[in-house]
Amino acid sequence: MAEAEPSSIPLEQRRPLSPHMQIYKWSPTMAASIAHRVTGAALYAGTLLLAAYLLAAAGDAHSFNFTSAIFGSFLGQLVLFGYTFALLLHLMGGLRHAIWDAGKGFDAESRDRLAIGSFAAAGVLTVLLWIVSFIIR
Amino acid sequence: MAQKSTLLTPRARVSFLGSAKSGTHHAWLMRLTSFALLPLTIAFILIVLSLAGRDFQSARILLGSPCPAILLLLFVGVGIYHMTLGMQVIIEDYIHGTHAKHLALMANTCFGLVLGAASVYAVLRLSFT
Repeated sequence: MAEAEPSSIPLEQRRPLSPHMQIYKWSPTMAASIAHRVTGAALYAGTLLLAAYLLAAAGDAHSFNFTSAIFGSFLGQLVLFGYTFALLLHLMGGLRHAIWDAGKGFDAESRDRLAIGSFAAAGVLTVLLWIVSFIIR
Repeated sequence: MAQKSTLLTPRARVSFLGSAKSGTHHAWLMRLTSFALLPLTIAFILIVLSLAGRDFQSARILLGSPCPAILLLLFVGVGIYHMTLGMQVIIEDYIHGTHAKHLALMANTCFGLVLGAASVYAVLRLSFT
């Protein structure tokens, strides 16, 4: 069967399409949901860094110093900062889901507060952790 | 008859496992691993913090001592299992061709297994050498 140009089909005969993401007005819960999936995927890739670090430490001084130098560079620190934020935001998302799994926090005010709160808590904790890491190193 | 007609046997209806024969098992594993990962992630962050500024020898001593090593093994094991389960859902949501989807699911499992084996090997080697 030949594919017909969508525009050549009369409007009333076209198949209904579900609206895609850009149609919707952004809400805190929508942003938190998307961020949860994006940070999950980012952490998936970031686990490569953890495995690389552990393998380097299990190797010799040369491999450890080489990996430490990469992680200690400006770009490396930037990536690790992003990893920290992704890890904490995903952790906050998990807590949010646990609250919802318990059947609590579903009213409009609570669910927005939970969503915005998870971003805020992850941001504050990330900065605090990095301040601590700079103090103790 | 008040009962809705169905092709399912009464046994299949109560076992509630659907056509994939797995029911809510995947969702349950996500919950289980995510709950385990809350304390394990806190432990992981503390271990990484105490690694800050250490040279090769002292980093090895920390990573090879029993408590950090066991917690790292658990974090890596449970974490990689959790992320593999999570990526499975992302693949099922966005990759639609049967072959592409199956290949991606296989690659996901292999990625998790390779990463898990490498990380566990590294931690064990740090502990026993």
